[in-house]
Amino acid sequence: MNQQAIKELLFKMADDALIIGHRNSEWTGIGPMLEEDLAFSSMAQDKIGHAQALYKILNENFGEAEPDSLAFKRDEKSFTCCHFVELPIGEYDFSLVRHFLFDHAELIRYEYLTQSSFLPLAQLAKKVKGEIKYHVLHADTFLKQLAHGSEESKARMQSALNNAFPFALGIFEKGVFENDVINEAIFIGEDALQKEWLNKIQTIVNNFGLSLPTVKDTATAFGGRKGYHTEFLKPLLEEMCEVTNLDLTAEW
Amino acid sequence: MNSLDPRIKRLDLKNTEEGEVHTNSHLITYEVFHQEKRGKQVMHVGIVHAPSPEMALILAKEQYARRGKTTNLWIAKSSDIFTFNSEDEDIFETTPDKTFRDPGFYKVRDRIEAFQKRNNLKV
Repeated sequence: MNQQAIKELLFKMADDALIIGHRNSEWTGIGPMLEEDLAFSSMAQDKIGHAQALYKILNENFGEAEPDSLAFKRDEKSFTCCHFVELPIGEYDFSLVRHFLFDHAELIRYEYLTQSSFLPLAQLAKKVKGEIKYHVLHADTFLKQLAHGSEESKARMQSALNNAFPFALGIFEKGVFENDVINEAIFIGEDALQKEWLNKIQTIVNNFGLSLPTVKDTATAFGGRKGYHTEFLKPLLEEMCEVTNLDLTAEW
Repeated sequence: MNSLDPRIKRLDLKNTEEGEVHTNSHLITYEVFHQEKRGKQVMHVGIVHAPSPEMALILAKEQYARRGKTTNLWIAKSSDIFTFNSEDEDIFETTPDKTFRDPGFYKVRDRIEAFQKRNNLKV
């Protein structure tokens, strides 16, 4: 099996999960209501857990560093997360819509990965599929509620969708080894994933009385998979790695 | 949302993208019940505030089922709970005295052993 292809997939998935997990954890303590503060924080922890599990596969199967080192001791350029997860949390409407768009893609991705020819990934996908099912349920229920709430809440959901959607397309930016990933049945590929995701969210968004914006240049949010990031990633990494960087040789 | 058990409404995950939405200007209080294993009793664990039963259920999930084992959760509007007045607690006052209703009250070990011996059963 093409090791580079599997590593590319594992790294981008892990980096996405780590960065969105870190981002969403920024809501801890300032969430819109106590119950949601807790739920959102808890899901952010789940994402960090997915990142850890994926880094662990990289560590155990491909001789990469320990998960902690992969998370906290890499430079910005070696991260392959998409721009979408790097963006600041904004107001709650944006974070909620990002959660909706991102987790629908995650759910479909992990469902296909349960069939992956790379067994460690298939096993992980089977293990965490229930978690992601809940993340999607949470996002759908909240979006539905707010899309049918007041005039302001509906307008906020629509405008958050308009802002977030072009960036969400960056999730599906292909890496160098995309064809190998598909040919070796590791994963069905980003194009197929995007198509299925688009169908799914289009239906839901319409059911909720909202609409998806039209995007002329779908490559606007590309670059992340090749190590080119938004201005927001560096400060995030600096903050996330602040404690580790105090003493790089410390044992935890 | 109908289940085979007509007494209970269940969340249909395939249907969460559609269906009616409850809008309330105030959040409703729901009681949350937790079930650890299939077939075990469902225990009251606390409350959540939410505008609809669906929202109550998803919020209860992280509130009360983020640690340990869970097989299911129930939620019910607090206003649907029917209960005694707290000043009528004296109704139950003498119940703990009625030890004859506890299985431990009956000392039958001797008689069981005698029966087993008589019938050559393993002790």
